[in-house]
Amino acid sequence: MTEIIVVTSGKGGVGKTTSSASLAVGLARRGKKVAVIDFDVGLRNLDLIMGCERRVVYDFVNVIHGECTLKQALIKDKRFETLYVLAASQTRDKDALTKEGVERVLNELAEEGFDYVICDSPAGIEKGAALAMYFADRAVVVVNPEVSSVRDSDRILGLLSSKTRRAELGNGAIEQHLLLTRYNPGRVEAGDMMSIKDVQEILGIEVLGVIPESEGVLAASNAGVPVILDEQSFAGQAYDDAVARLLGEQRSMRFLDAQKKGLFARIFGS
Amino acid sequence: MGILDFFKSRPKNTASVAKERLRIIVAQERAQRGSPDYLPLLRRELLEVIKKYVNVDPDAVLINVEREGDQEVLELSVTLPDQAPAAARDEL
Repeated sequence: MTEIIVVTSGKGGVGKTTSSASLAVGLARRGKKVAVIDFDVGLRNLDLIMGCERRVVYDFVNVIHGECTLKQALIKDKRFETLYVLAASQTRDKDALTKEGVERVLNELAEEGFDYVICDSPAGIEKGAALAMYFADRAVVVVNPEVSSVRDSDRILGLLSSKTRRAELGNGAIEQHLLLTRYNPGRVEAGDMMSIKDVQEILGIEVLGVIPESEGVLAASNAGVPVILDEQSFAGQAYDDAVARLLGEQRSMRFLDAQKKGLFARIFGS
Repeated sequence: MGILDFFKSRPKNTASVAKERLRIIVAQERAQRGSPDYLPLLRRELLEVIKKYVNVDPDAVLINVEREGDQEVLELSVTLPDQAPAAARDEL
């Protein structure tokens, strides 16, 4: 069985692509066969975050239009044998994606024996985002602890419960998870940032993971190495926890407390 | 201004303000979700008609669709001001 997971948010710049890349790598590292698809036609970026931008020959739209085979367009990751990237088209407009075309690609991936397909949604609620979520079995809603991101993700939650194939067939809402990113425990403690509990209370869905704001994220995107592979960074470790929870493992939340500063605090602090 | 006021004037807890604002707007937007598209326009036109007779506040008209079994009930609630303005009463 292939499980289709959409990574979405409504608002842009909250960490969808960063999260898609790290979740895909995390699943592949556990031996799963994973394809990660960039649905952001015209604004391709997943290839950069995955570090395969110079190996893109064919893209998602080429496959949909029958200009190449799916096998030709899937870019095999250099680090993990079971991980493949399907890049978005950089030249076409958003209308290049069709529901039938997306369905055909997803069916073909299922026939190829993929365990997981991660759909990296574009921002917004237009066609690309709508198609990224339509065939999903599960959704990871990426949210920052900030007012506009929380409001937009609630809008997305509304769409997820009505505008997916499963909902249209009357099979109920798809499974939804929150992934809280850019979390700054120090600012939460100072009362300047909403806490995990606050966001969870407002949106009312379960939290899959909390990714602390970390210098490692920018360093990882600079290098084209998904941050989950940086085992020194808290963000990388938090993504690994999220992947484990996605697979049903129980793991307690880490990195929710502010780090103590300096030697003095370390000696005399509690 | 005393020295105490200086310390009190520190910015208050903005996270709790954010949470409260979101709680309200999210509840409001969820209530509208799935309701017919024409509701906002219907509400605006009703308000215009009511305003011809009574000077009501724009927030005074509440409109809602509730589902009870197979039936849909359009619920309309208008809060009239305590005292109708003299001009409006003369016209009536």
